[in-house]
Amino acid sequence: MAEPKLRPRPRSPFFDIYRWPLTMLTSILHRVTGIGIALGGLLLACWLVALALGPDSYARVQAFHGHFIGRFLLFGFTWALVYHWLNGIRHLAWDAGIGFDKQTGFRSGLFVLLGSVGFTLVIWALAYMMRG
Amino acid sequence: MVEFALPKNSKVKKGKLHKAPEGATNVRNFQVYRWSPEDDENPRVDTYEVDMDTCGPMVLDALIKIKDEIDPTLTFRRSCREGICGSCAMNIDGINTLACTKGMDEVKGDVKVYPLPHADVVKDLVPDLTHFFAQHAMMEPWLKTDTPAPEGEWLQSEEDREKIDGLYECILCASCSTACPSYWWNSDRFMGPAALLQAYRWLIDSRDEATEERLDALEDPFRLYRCHTIFNCTNTCPKGLNPAKAIAEIKKMMLERAV
Repeated sequence: MAEPKLRPRPRSPFFDIYRWPLTMLTSILHRVTGIGIALGGLLLACWLVALALGPDSYARVQAFHGHFIGRFLLFGFTWALVYHWLNGIRHLAWDAGIGFDKQTGFRSGLFVLLGSVGFTLVIWALAYMMRG
Repeated sequence: MVEFALPKNSKVKKGKLHKAPEGATNVRNFQVYRWSPEDDENPRVDTYEVDMDTCGPMVLDALIKIKDEIDPTLTFRRSCREGICGSCAMNIDGINTLACTKGMDEVKGDVKVYPLPHADVVKDLVPDLTHFFAQHAMMEPWLKTDTPAPEGEWLQSEEDREKIDGLYECILCASCSTACPSYWWNSDRFMGPAALLQAYRWLIDSRDEATEERLDALEDPFRLYRCHTIFNCTNTCPKGLNPAKAIAEIKKMMLERAV
């Protein structure tokens, strides 16, 4: 009898076929914003270094931060900070064993998503108002 | 290693269309993942047109109908058809669940059926769960005691018995572990939600005397702590159990014994 012809098994699809629950999105965003905060820290460092180097370089960095792209990056940095902070509180509650109900997990995720956008807009609105 | 794409031999191709019989008016499309070890083809997704007027209400009913009446080569596991054996776990409409308890009315549009995600495929909808069961065995899922066995049963108060509610009901269908991104990428070292829920079932059992030993076995950056509370396990469990919470409770026990 002939031996059956066998070959390596394929891996079943995973990432592209799975329907993302909201909590999976909020989890991945926690990582993304963590990286975003590190990169945003560079903007802050540039600003401080420029301040130490003197008025010329400070003016250049200020001009970049005032430019549309600079503003956009700073806005993203703000959102990343707020999101990571809010979701961090969520993780803190989980570490205490709180909020594991399926419904609660969904709702707290939704709150973090919407809340982070809301907080960011409020921070920027206040910043523009104080600038006058 | 975090990778998003499938290996070359696993890329899914377009498959065949199996038309509904003449005269069928209430037709629903089933898109089903197919792979056979006996040819040289890549996996593909076949489309079956199923006559809903002569089909039962569950996804498993449709799969059995396809196998009986349209394509006898379609391969899948099934046994109890009532959600207690855990054999027919698969990915339906993007979520891992049991085909026998998933109603077709819960799915909008075409019904997409894949094997459990990120598993080695034995054939069609049958994943290789060897590793999954090895991890279950590693949790030593039995009562471990030092004190001599009593004359009768090991007794337990009603309150202590209640602590294992929501844990002992696990049917080992592997829906949760194969839904977990941490498990997709680290299943060689991360135990996964099913095994950890099982571990907690024995950790919290008042009759078990191997708590320290069990915690020692899990004190590891990967085995336990690869869980990042993504919640996919709890969201997908067809029995409504909460592995995410069980894992958090283990982490708490680790902390409590450390301080």
